[in-house]
Amino acid sequence: MAAVTMRLPVPRKPAVVRAPQGPEKHLVAPGDTITTDTGYMRGHGTYVEGDKLIASVAGVVERVNKLICVRALNTRYNGEVGDVVVGRITEVQQKRWKVETYSRLDSVLLLSSINLPGGELRRRSIEDELAMRDCLQEGDLISAEVQSIFTDGALSLHTRSLKYGKLSQGVLIQVSPSLVKRQKTHFHDLPCGASVILGNNGYIWIYPTSEQRDEETGGFVTNLEPVSMSDREVISRVRNCIVALVTHKLMLFDTSILYCYEASLPHQIKDILKPEVMEQIVLETQHRLLDLEG
Amino acid sequence: KRGLYRKRRGLYREGLLSDDGFRLDGRRPREIRSLRMRLGLFPRADGSAYIEQGNTKVVALVYGPREVRGPRSRSAPDQAVLRCRFSLAPFSGPERRRPRGGEGRGSDLALRLQQSLEAAVLTHLYPRSQIDVYSDGSHCCTGTTAAALAVLDAGIPLRDVVCAGSAALAEGTALTDPNGAEEAAVGPGLALALLPASGLLALVQLSARVPCERLEPVMEAAADGCRELHRALDRELRRSLRERHGEV
Repeated sequence: MAAVTMRLPVPRKPAVVRAPQGPEKHLVAPGDTITTDTGYMRGHGTYVEGDKLIASVAGVVERVNKLICVRALNTRYNGEVGDVVVGRITEVQQKRWKVETYSRLDSVLLLSSINLPGGELRRRSIEDELAMRDCLQEGDLISAEVQSIFTDGALSLHTRSLKYGKLSQGVLIQVSPSLVKRQKTHFHDLPCGASVILGNNGYIWIYPTSEQRDEETGGFVTNLEPVSMSDREVISRVRNCIVALVTHKLMLFDTSILYCYEASLPHQIKDILKPEVMEQIVLETQHRLLDLEG
Repeated sequence: KRGLYRKRRGLYREGLLSDDGFRLDGRRPREIRSLRMRLGLFPRADGSAYIEQGNTKVVALVYGPREVRGPRSRSAPDQAVLRCRFSLAPFSGPERRRPRGGEGRGSDLALRLQQSLEAAVLTHLYPRSQIDVYSDGSHCCTGTTAAALAVLDAGIPLRDVVCAGSAALAEGTALTDPNGAEEAAVGPGLALALLPASGLLALVQLSARVPCERLEPVMEAAADGCRELHRALDRELRRSLRERHGEV
């Protein structure tokens, strides 16, 4: 008999207590006048009516010299050049793939901005265009980097490096993009035996660490060998740890995930998702992170 | 169904206002019903809001801005396309009824919702994309307000939080924010969607005959209701903003 646990909804206080950072933040809602001074410049999240500068989103006012912006609390992913993203192919078109990246429009992966299988460097021919579906099909997951941004806000991606390309076996988690910390590298091989790709767009991919990297495939051949049970356990533990961190709105980066993983070790994998266990693990993680900062 | 409506009509026809000037539920003519609201209830949607006004309960969800689904011709090159749906739950009226086909996209209520939102959402910031709004509840005005809050929760730029309210004319007195019984007795009156900060009207709809000289007070009553609603919403909104900002 499988054990079933049931619980009733209980109001919970936020477990993670944050020290107040600096002065009180200026919070606004749409329609609020930020300033009537005409000397300021209009940034994102604001509009001008007459000589008033008015907020158009609910969030925090940020000032940089003469520029006033309002940053919304949660939005879709706003791409920047150089970001690492994880996305799903939605469409194969002529000379391009459409990729869903939780952005306002589907991103574009041009045929000319991938490495061909075999690693050849040459102009893309008609034959390559016809064989596009052999590389990437609808529904495939890829990791890529933002190459440029079109005028309408759509992102152009590229996978011209061996670390990018098709993702084979692993687990995908979708989180708010604001919870992924920007770092030098977003590919991490955790010492616990799993690797994670922390996409800037809030898509997180967890997969078993592999020893050798195939140099010739250009990153479009998937490894479909069965993953061992121990690897799968590590992956599901990391997955539940990330879910715990995200529920308590802690930033995601390699150290926080690792600390959370270590804090979760006394518990069973499935128990991590229980609210009280989650709270305990996250608190422990936060204390260790604060100690690290000093 | 008719019978019940007539019965209620007959019941409430007399005495919508007591001698002391109070209404059936104890409000004064210019008072709105009690309000509760929550933001971000649905993690899978980009934005969501729940509003309770008296016994009216409304849920609104927003998906987008995202790539246009379906034929390409639907997308606009210079702005986002707003697609609205308004649905009434089968149990939301005085009698249980089967949902009919006429409430989906393009229906009268959905068009009202769309018109009110288009006045507020800054669609030109998201060219070629699509924003889907689903509002589900028993009253269109509350549905519009909830939809505006859901758009706000999704982080989509808005000119202003649209506040919609209604007013009805009973025995020569304009009643702000009529409840179900009052609407059943005198019929729906005037629906109004207001952008409170600028005072602009996004929508005015008169669905009952009102004597010309009475129109002004009825409109004033509805606008008053909207402004009152805005004050109450604003308070709640700021509280939930502070709470959520503390978390992130």
